[in-house]
Amino acid sequence: MMLHMTCAMQLAFPATNMFQKIVTSALIAGFGAGLLAAVLQFAFVQPVLLHAELFEGGDLVHFGSSVTLAQPDIAGDFDLVRNGLSIAFSALIYVGYALFLITTMIAAQERGHDLSVKAGLVWGVAGFGAVQMAPAFGLPPELPGMAAADVTDRQIWWFATVAATGIALWLIAFGKNWTMWGAAVILLAAPHIIGAPVPSTFTGPAPPELGAEFAARALGTGLVAWMTLGALTAYLWQSAPQEAS
Amino acid sequence: MNTIAQTRVQEKTSLMTLLAVAIMGVGLITVAGHVQATTLHDAAHDVRHATGFPCH
Repeated sequence: MMLHMTCAMQLAFPATNMFQKIVTSALIAGFGAGLLAAVLQFAFVQPVLLHAELFEGGDLVHFGSSVTLAQPDIAGDFDLVRNGLSIAFSALIYVGYALFLITTMIAAQERGHDLSVKAGLVWGVAGFGAVQMAPAFGLPPELPGMAAADVTDRQIWWFATVAATGIALWLIAFGKNWTMWGAAVILLAAPHIIGAPVPSTFTGPAPPELGAEFAARALGTGLVAWMTLGALTAYLWQSAPQEAS
Repeated sequence: MNTIAQTRVQEKTSLMTLLAVAIMGVGLITVAGHVQATTLHDAAHDVRHATGFPCH
C-alpha cells in the first residue's frame, strides 16, 4: 500500500528526489523504532495485558470468595499470529509517527534551527509528550476490560489533545514572544480543563495494581521508543544526501 | 530576479511535499491505530492498548 502511495505521490509532486529522501528516512526510522517498541511491549507490557485478560474473561476473579494470587502461572504458548500482527502494527504506527515527525523537523530546519541527533532526542521527547503523555493524562492507557466512555468521543478528544499539545510545544520551542508562549500554555491546559470523556460507571474486573502497572509501563516503553524515533529520524535525515539549493 | 523566482518555486514545492508526507503519516496512524473496523481492531488490539490509543 505504502509503495503504491509513494508511486502516486511521485507522479503528483515534481520534487521527487526530496520526497523520496524524506519518506525513506521516515520509513527506516519508523520501522526501527516500531520494532524496538514491539520488543519492549512483549517484554514488559504484554504480560500485564495477558494477566488482565484472565480477569476480563472471568478465569481469575478479583474481589470474590477466594484470595487473588498476584503471580499466577500465565506463561502460555507464544501466539505467532497475534504477536506477529503486533509487530506489524507497531511498525506501521511508528512509521506514521516518523512521517509526521520528519515534516515538522524539516519545517523547523528550514527556519534555521539546527537538527542534530541530540536535538532529535529532544524532538522524540516532545513527540512522546504530545502523542502519548498528554492524552494519557486524561485517558490513561487502558487495560483490557476497563470501563471507558464512548470510543468515538475518546478518539475526538485524543486527536484534539495531540494536536493542541503538538502546536503548544512548537510554540514553546520556536515562539519568539510572550503572546506565543501564553497561547502555548492555554493550548496545553485546555484539553485537560475541558476534560476527557469519562465512563458513567466503573466496571473494570482487573485489580488496580495491574491497571497502574500497565499504564506506567505503556508510557515508559513509549518514551524509550519515541526518543529512539527522534534520534534515528534526525540521524537518517542528516545522513541523506541533500540537494544543492 | 531569476534567483528569487527559483527560490519561490522551491519553497512552494517543498511545502506541498511536506504536507503530503504529513498527511500520509496521520493517515497511517488513523488506519493502524484508530479505525474501528473489526478486522483492523482485532489485529491491532494489543498494540493499541500498549500505545495508549482509545480502543473499543
